[in-house]
This record gives sequence, C-alpha cells and structure tokens, in this order.
Amino acid sequence: MKYLVTVKSVEDPEIKIKIKPDGTSIETDQVKYVVNPFDEIAVEEALRLRDAAGGGEVVAVTIGRKDAQQQLRTALAMGADRGVHVVCDQPLDPTLVSEALAKVVEGEKPDLVLMGKQAVDDDQGQVGAMLAERLGWGQASFVSKETSLESEDEKAKKPGVSIAGTTLQVVREVDGGMESVTVTLPAILTTDLRLNVPRYASLPGIMKAKKKEVKELKLADVVADPTPKVKILKLEPPAQRKAGIKVADVPTLVTKLKTEAKVL
Amino acid sequence: MSNVLIVIEHAAGAPKKASLAAITFGQQAAQKTGGQVHLLVTGSGVGAVADKLKAYQVAKILVVDAPAFANHSTEALTAAIAAAQKSTGASIVAAASSSASKDVLPRVAARLGAAMASDVLAVIDASTFKRPMWAGNVVATVQLTTPTKVVTIRSTEFGAPAAGSGAAVEPLAVSVDLASFKAKFAGLKEVKSTRPELTSAARVVTGGRGVKGAEGFKLVEQLADALGAAVGASRAACDAGWVPNDLQVGQTGKIIAPDLYIGAGISGAIQHLAGMKGSKVIVAINKDPEAPIFQIADYGLVADLFKAIPELIDAIKKA
Ligand SMILES: Cc1cc2nc3c(=O)[nH]c(=O)nc-3n(C[C@H](O)[C@H](O)[C@H](O)COP(=O)(O)OP(=O)(O)OC[C@H]3O[C@@H](n4cnc5c(N)ncnc54)[C@H](O)[C@@H]3O)c2cc1C
Ligand SMILES: Nc1ncnc2c1ncn2[C@@H]1O[C@H](COP(=O)(O)O)[C@@H](O)[C@H]1O
Repeated sequence: MKYLVTVKSVEDPEIKIKIKPDGTSIETDQVKYVVNPFDEIAVEEALRLRDAAGGGEVVAVTIGRKDAQQQLRTALAMGADRGVHVVCDQPLDPTLVSEALAKVVEGEKPDLVLMGKQAVDDDQGQVGAMLAERLGWGQASFVSKETSLESEDEKAKKPGVSIAGTTLQVVREVDGGMESVTVTLPAILTTDLRLNVPRYASLPGIMKAKKKEVKELKLADVVADPTPKVKILKLEPPAQRKAGIKVADVPTLVTKLKTEAKVL
Repeated sequence: MSNVLIVIEHAAGAPKKASLAAITFGQQAAQKTGGQVHLLVTGSGVGAVADKLKAYQVAKILVVDAPAFANHSTEALTAAIAAAQKSTGASIVAAASSSASKDVLPRVAARLGAAMASDVLAVIDASTFKRPMWAGNVVATVQLTTPTKVVTIRSTEFGAPAAGSGAAVEPLAVSVDLASFKAKFAGLKEVKSTRPELTSAARVVTGGRGVKGAEGFKLVEQLADALGAAVGASRAACDAGWVPNDLQVGQTGKIIAPDLYIGAGISGAIQHLAGMKGSKVIVAINKDPEAPIFQIADYGLVADLFKAIPELIDAIKKA
C-alpha cells in the first residue's frame, strides 16, 4: 500500500496573529511555523496503517515556500518515507492546491490520500473534497474513531480506520452523531481531531529525516494557470469584545443576570 | 440577472434554523446579483419540508425526492446540487455551514469549476464576501473570480428570512445509482438528547477540562437543565471522551451565538472563543482569575465550579 499525506506549513496556532497596517497580509517576522495540526493527525494515521500492515510507503507532500520544507521534514522525522515539495512563493487557494495535488497523485498513484479536514490558517476546509472530485475518487471527511483518545487502542497506537482488500472503513464526526462509511480505494480521507494523538518526532527520527529524499517541483509543473480564484482584498481584525465585570459571588451573578442583562 | 441557489437541510419534516439563515443570505445576495432565490430540498419524503419553505420570499423550490437521498451520500448530493445549479442557472450556490455542507460543497465547487468561500459572515457584492481566517483572529474580504461561486455561510450572522408566498414547488429528477458510488453510507449512531440543539439554542452551558471527568460534567448538564439550555464543551472535554464529539464548540467545532453562554472550567483558548464570542451575554466560571475567558466575559465569577454550580442551580430554581 502506498499512502500520500498532505502537510501544510501554518503559523503556530498558539500565537497571536497580527495584521500588517496596510491590511494586505499578516505579520510573519518572528512567527513560528508548524505542521497544520490536522495534517499531523493524517501523518500519524498513515504511519500506523503502514506499520500495522508490516510494510508500505508513506509519501508526504507540501506546496509552499522554500522554508516550508522544515514542516515537510517534520513529517519525515515522524516516520514518513519521503517527500515531495512543490516550491512556490505566491498566494494559493484550495482550487490551485487541489489541482497541484491531483497532478502529484497522478504521478505517485497512492492507494489512499490522508489530509487534514481544514488548514488552521485559511480555515477553508475545501481541498480534500475538491481533490476527490478532480480524481473521481470517493471521499470520507472528518474521519474519527469510536474509542476515546484515552482508550487502550489509542495507547497501543492502533489505526482508527481499517482497510480490508480495497475497502476502507471509517467513522466520521457529523452533526448529531457518528456516521460509518465504506469507501472503495483509491480514496481521500480527511482527519478530525479525535482520530489519534500524533507522535512527536524523536531525535533519531530527526537525524534520519535529514537524509530522506525530497523531490522538488515547481508550481508551473503541476498547475496550468497559477492565478488564485479566491482573491483576498483586505484583512482586518474582528470586532473586539470588551471585558465586563467580575462578580463577587453567585447571588450577585444571578441578580446581574436578572436585572442588568435580563437573560433570566 | 443571475439566481442564487440555497441548499436546504431539514430534520423531522421541517427546514433547519441554520438553513433559514442561509435563505436570508440568499435574499441579500440576490439583491446584488439582480436574480431570484431558488431553494433545493433533497431527501426521501420531503414534501412537508418544501411546503413549509413556501412561507419565505423565494421564487422556486426544487425538490429531489427519492429513497437514494434518505441518508447522507457525498456523491448523490453532489449530483443533485450540480443538476439544480444547471437547471436554475445560479451564479451563487450556498448552504449553511454544517457537517454535510462542508463535506459536499467543495466537491460541488470542483465539479462546477467554481471558487469557494467557507463560513461567510457578510455579503459585500455579487462576488465579494467577508469570512473569518486564523480562528477568527482575522476577517478577510475575499473576491471569488469564477463565473459560478460556492459559499457556506455562518448561520449565526444572518437573521430570519423575509416572508413571502407564491413560490413554485418543482420536482427535479436526478437519477443516482447508490451501488455505483465509491463511498457508501453504512450507519449513523445518533447522539440522542432531549435538550435543545446546540447551534440554535437561546441558552448554552459549556464545560471544559476543569470539570475533571464525566462525573463532573453532570453538574454542567444539571445547570443546563435548570436553565432549559443546550450543553456544549471545549475540545479538552470531548477529547477525553467525557461528552460526545459533536458538542465541541470552537474554530473546528460548532459555532454558537446564544443569548446566554455560561462556560465553566474553560480557559478560553482562541480556538474555543472562535466558536462562541458572538454570544450576547457571556458568563465565565473559572478558579483562575487570569484565565483568558475573563477578557471577553460580561460576568466573570472567580470560583471553584464544584461549589459555584450547585449554588447557581439552587438560586435559579428559587428565582
Ligand atoms: C487545530 C486545533 C483546533 C482546536 N479546535 C478547538 C475547538 O474547536 N474548540 C475548543 O474548545 N478547543 C479547540 N482547540 C483546543 C484549544 O486550543 C484548547 O486546548 C482547549 O480549548 C482547552 O480546553 P479547556 O479550556 O477545557 O482546558 P484548559 O485550557 O486546560 O482549561 C481548563 C480551565 O479550567 C479551570 N479549572 C480547573 N479546575 C477548576 C475548578 N475546580 N473550578 C473552576 N475552574 C477550574 C482552569 O483554571 C483552566 O482555566 C483546538 C486546538 C487546535 C490545535
Ligand atoms: N499548501 C498546501 N500544501 C499541502 N497541503 C495542503 C496545502 N493547503 C492545503 N492542504 C491540505 O488540505 C487540507 C485542507 O486545507 P484547506 O482546504 O485549505 O482548509 C489541509 O489540512 C492540508 O492537508
């Protein structure tokens, strides 16, 4: 089995995002970049599937700036076998990314593509389904599992999804419950938060990753027209909510909610 | 002169409240495009839903009524929405953000060669919208440059649609063969609850890691019941398995904007705030006076929740 995982380099979700005064982009000086958290979960799941099957290959793909390769190397340090980096320094959108990924998939011919359900910078949540449509493949989005992240299965690092022959079986987090779906391979899967707890890259893993192969491509190699179809015209901060008051005790709270806020 | 197509979701024979907000979006967008609002209802036995939608100011209600649409199927819905777009000539295809629309609409966008904006907050013109990025830290104005545009909308940002009458209900024939699809529905484990639904409830009580376990979460539920409120949770409480996943409020969970939000044992991480800071009145109960949630709370109570919640329940019951 060959697994392809997508890895986006994003601003560390722990930091406060600042917008440049001209409103065209965010400040990137001193900003730490990390693997999109949902993509880390995708990498982890691919590694578990490969290792549970006792073999296979995990290929990690990123599209982005030269230095996004650090996040691709993080995926290799976690255990992915090799990387593909579509190097570009220009605005992207899900249409472009899915077109580029479709090209990479056509070349690599994986059995399963594992991706995050959403990139936590653009928060679009579109690329997975767009890629599935381009390829004419089946998709399972928001993939999770029935056991909790504190279960024995999770401690034993068991895959949360199962593959029998050419059929992938998963559970998905949907509004109002959990849905079971079977998908014929090759297929696209997008991860939700509760699929697994990703491993940290170990020191030996980091050393090994330095020597792993990363193939570099140009955007022009994988897309026909590099113009994004989603044009960002302006960035601005959201309306700020100001802090209210601290109340001394429960009776004061109840009185305020009744007489001031009038919500009780 | 181009139309706007709104994809409707329904439950128990009625359109969902979030889908009504999507109709409001459609009415606003149609003013900019100069076209009409058309609706699409899919499912099995959905005549009653279509009838109820006649109460709104829309031109046409397309109905795909077939057993194949009884359960969620990405491929079936993609076919139906693409067919409806063709039949209505819509330049904007939209739906309320939900697990179903987030799964299907990007696929529809790819099929139609359309650019897409997720979680739209406001309409600027026929191709320009406001939407959140970076967990709501940034509001972006984005322009979709393709002839057809696909949008999911944040229902808490759009009110009730204008009423009307005289909408035409028309069946739309979409032939799908479930057996030919690559992904097949295999079952739904529903979380049954007698409490109000989280995203449309007027009051919500949420619990976080501070409740310390499933047992502690019962206190949050008791407070919710005393208030007739829905129950929500932080990621930490869902990850630990104390409550079902679909109660998660935040950037990557549900977006809520109730009249009253009470959060207990929740620190107020940016990803959580992204899902609830539109609430009208925010109450935070946390034993740490420095917890970030106090920076946006209207009323902050620095207290041990195990002591404060039972007192609060008593006070509400007496009131
Ligand atoms: C990709 C990504 C997506 C995410 N999406 C979401 C999301 O959608 N929603 C979400 O909620 N989070 C999300 N998170 C997680 C988020 O960053 C926080 O980790 C999470 O919200 C913390 O949950 P918490 O506030 O319950 O826990 P903590 O941050 O651990 O806070 C617990 C609080 O309880 C208080 N407390 C402890 N004991 C008591 C007591 N006895 N009485 C009163 N107070 C007490 C503590 O003072 C503390 O402030 C996401 C994170 C990432 C990386
Ligand atoms: N530039 C990129 N490089 C690699 N993968 C990406 C890129 N952009 C998006 N993706 C993948 O697509 C998923 C959804 O992204 P989005 O639709 O932008 O929210 C992410 O979790 C990634 O797995």
